[in-house]
Amino acid sequence: MENIQMTARRDFLKASAAVGGGLTLGMYLPLGAKVAEAQAKTNSPNAWVKIGTDNSITIMCARSEMGQDVYTSMPMLVAEELEVDINKIKVEFAPPAEVYINSLLGGQLTGGSTAVRDAWEKLRKAGASARIMLVAAAAKEWGVDAGQCKAANATITGPGGKKTTYGAVAEAAAKMEVPKDVPLKPAKEFKVVGNKAQKRLDTPMKVAGTATFGIDVRVPNMLYAAVAMPPMIGGKVQSFDDTRAKNMPGVKAVVQYSRGVAVVAESYWQAKKAKDLLQITWDEGPNANNDMGKVWSGLKDASNQPGAVFREAGDADGAISKASKVYEATYELPHLSHSPMEPQNTVADVRADGATIITPTQFQQLVPFVVAGATGLKPEQITVITTFLGGGFGRRVEVDYTIDAAEISKAVGAPVKMVWSREDDMTHDSYRPGGYYKVQMGVDGGGKLVGYRYHGTSPSISSRLFPSIVKDGIDPFSVEAIDNFPYAVPNHKLTYQMHDTGITPGYWRGVSHNLNAYVVEGFIDEVAHALGKDPIQFRIDNLEYGEEKHKWSGLSAGVSVGGRLKKVLETVRDKSNWAQKLPEGRGKGVAVMEGYNTCLACVAEVSVTKNYDVIIDKVTYAVDAGQLIHPDQAKAQIESCTIFGQSACMYGEITVKNGGVEQTNFDGYRVVRMNEAPKAIDIHWLESNNTPGGLGEPATALVQAAIGNAIFAATGIRVRKMPFTPENIKGSIKA
Amino acid sequence: MNISFNLNGKATSADVAPDTPLLWVLRDTLGMTGTKFGCGKALCGACTVHLNGNAVRSCQTPIGSVAGQKVTTIEGLPATHAIKKAWIALDVPQCGYCQPGQMMQAAALVAQNKKPSDADIDAWMSGNICRCGTYPRIRAAIKDAARMA
Repeated sequence: MENIQMTARRDFLKASAAVGGGLTLGMYLPLGAKVAEAQAKTNSPNAWVKIGTDNSITIMCARSEMGQDVYTSMPMLVAEELEVDINKIKVEFAPPAEVYINSLLGGQLTGGSTAVRDAWEKLRKAGASARIMLVAAAAKEWGVDAGQCKAANATITGPGGKKTTYGAVAEAAAKMEVPKDVPLKPAKEFKVVGNKAQKRLDTPMKVAGTATFGIDVRVPNMLYAAVAMPPMIGGKVQSFDDTRAKNMPGVKAVVQYSRGVAVVAESYWQAKKAKDLLQITWDEGPNANNDMGKVWSGLKDASNQPGAVFREAGDADGAISKASKVYEATYELPHLSHSPMEPQNTVADVRADGATIITPTQFQQLVPFVVAGATGLKPEQITVITTFLGGGFGRRVEVDYTIDAAEISKAVGAPVKMVWSREDDMTHDSYRPGGYYKVQMGVDGGGKLVGYRYHGTSPSISSRLFPSIVKDGIDPFSVEAIDNFPYAVPNHKLTYQMHDTGITPGYWRGVSHNLNAYVVEGFIDEVAHALGKDPIQFRIDNLEYGEEKHKWSGLSAGVSVGGRLKKVLETVRDKSNWAQKLPEGRGKGVAVMEGYNTCLACVAEVSVTKNYDVIIDKVTYAVDAGQLIHPDQAKAQIESCTIFGQSACMYGEITVKNGGVEQTNFDGYRVVRMNEAPKAIDIHWLESNNTPGGLGEPATALVQAAIGNAIFAATGIRVRKMPFTPENIKGSIKA
Repeated sequence: MNISFNLNGKATSADVAPDTPLLWVLRDTLGMTGTKFGCGKALCGACTVHLNGNAVRSCQTPIGSVAGQKVTTIEGLPATHAIKKAWIALDVPQCGYCQPGQMMQAAALVAQNKKPSDADIDAWMSGNICRCGTYPRIRAAIKDAARMA
């Protein structure tokens, strides 16, 4: 029997497929009317701004704040044109509504390093449009021409010393005609955008401990749920005995829901203690015997399939067979957990006439649909409130936990806060898929690159979540950072083979950039060294400088970025003191990539001990991300990506046994701690007023490749299997 | 069982089973949600509070053991505390979830070490995980706070 989650998802996707196409996921939903009605009670020139009669300004934040600073950087865009003091505004998380859809993703969804890119013009125009309407309202009241009036600091001034506030004219402004032509300030007039001294607006409450995350939500008469879910992926409850659990103090109910058994009690601890006493027999499902032997033999077997061609020029196989030198390598990449610090949770209040879902989600737009599927209510009866997210990293694009909480609330007829344990979270994640990669490079007698073959085999995430974007065997989110292969090799053939490992795949910060960038940049490094070339100069000499367009990775720049990549390579060579000789056991590695329309080069400097422990001494970046909105937090994102990527490549590995994930907490799934973080992260920005590139993800992928290349530079050992543990490094020593 | 203790300078009591972790008494019984749940096994430090001035993991501290003692949470660390000021000055938090635990751990360090070295900070702070990777800013903020304290 298919569980409700799958059914709801399938229905949702079916409904959206009709509209969708390409990277536009097509989730235009009929919620606009409801929101417009709700907002009519406030004075709102448009959906992005609310103005109080006391002249208080609220700017709506339509993306989820999970650390990446949308709570500040997005309102900054509105404030720039609205002419209000960014430090005096309030920020409110937007409800699901059509107007808040992310046009780069086609849904009200936070991901793909798209928040600022999507907002760049849209939010400045929203601010400008609101300002024009406010000024027009004041001008009309005064009987003067709008051109004679000026707006600044939420105040409008007019001829003859006339002066009024936004608050005083907001009601009239909301009835003014929405301007069609909205001119925007040129970059040189920016006062808010690019302000290096701007502080995050959410820091004071996060420091005070008053920022409300999902897990902190409390509503009247709320009960708490702890859950037992099948230890094997794809398992189900067969039967259970709750005799002991039911009789524990505080327990109100024990309920079976689609994927497990929940104990509902007056407090979380009471629920958790009782949950530990449940006796459950599991129907182990189709993956019951899955283990790492099967996962890897499955990937390797599947890699013998030809796969689907996603980019090709000339005759790669022919060129390689005729080449004077052929280099080849295989790479193995593990599955990874998201493990945000806040375990999954949701407060659900499901009533006969509707439901309220308060949740830390990256995908608020999907929640009403899946909760409707789970409860029998209609989507328009469901109110969704987004809280702060205690980390996201792609995990909260999934809405599974909102469904669970809704089912449990419905079963007990009361508001319920469901809280997962760390163990629940780590063993019921959707994992960064592992992969097996085969690459070949043919080089002619003159040292020219003549043929390149790339064959990736990994699970397809989108086949599970958004099948309509998977075409001809190619998942766009499996071929990032390779579809835009940046080197000029006249004959190349790039292929992808989907394979299900029985470990649920999910979008994980940087998604397939993490897989492909390591292979592309690790292998080009191998070829450079094999040919006796300097790795940076070799890259510069072989970059593609034409206007070659790539077809699949639609969140990337879409055109050849060779010139931009050359610039960041030259900059990082200079800033990292690349030519400096390091003592034995230390080394520098480089990697370069375009991702999310950001071009970055990274040099990692590492020390490797005699026991093959790796210490990251320094990481240097040169980044061309176009116009920076909030420069200090752009820097913070690179710092964040660096350490997130370091956790992945140094320690990250999820394994399964008997169909279930073996790592259950931070003892089994190691992540970077204070003492392991790089001693220095040095970031150099290329000055630019170009359209912003994404920054929440790309460095995550790049730093891993740079670290791998640095380990080679330090030891002469090419590690083609992550993580870079002493065991895997030792295992990579050539016999 | 009614257990009395001092919370952020005020006499407080909670009627809960004595084996209930202090974390859940704070969060569920007393509504003080600044202290966070991260791992439940003292592996991540998100739940760090002060017990008589010492940094402890509240997920592993039964409320029964707290009777008659002095507990300080992030809500009780004054806004004027050097750690809070340094955290704000450097915009340390990203998602912010682990930060109350980081700040309580760091506050206990600067209370006893006015000039923590990198090695001191490594040794003192490595029990607190931050998945956003704010470690470089935490390190800098601790040094600033120690100078202010």
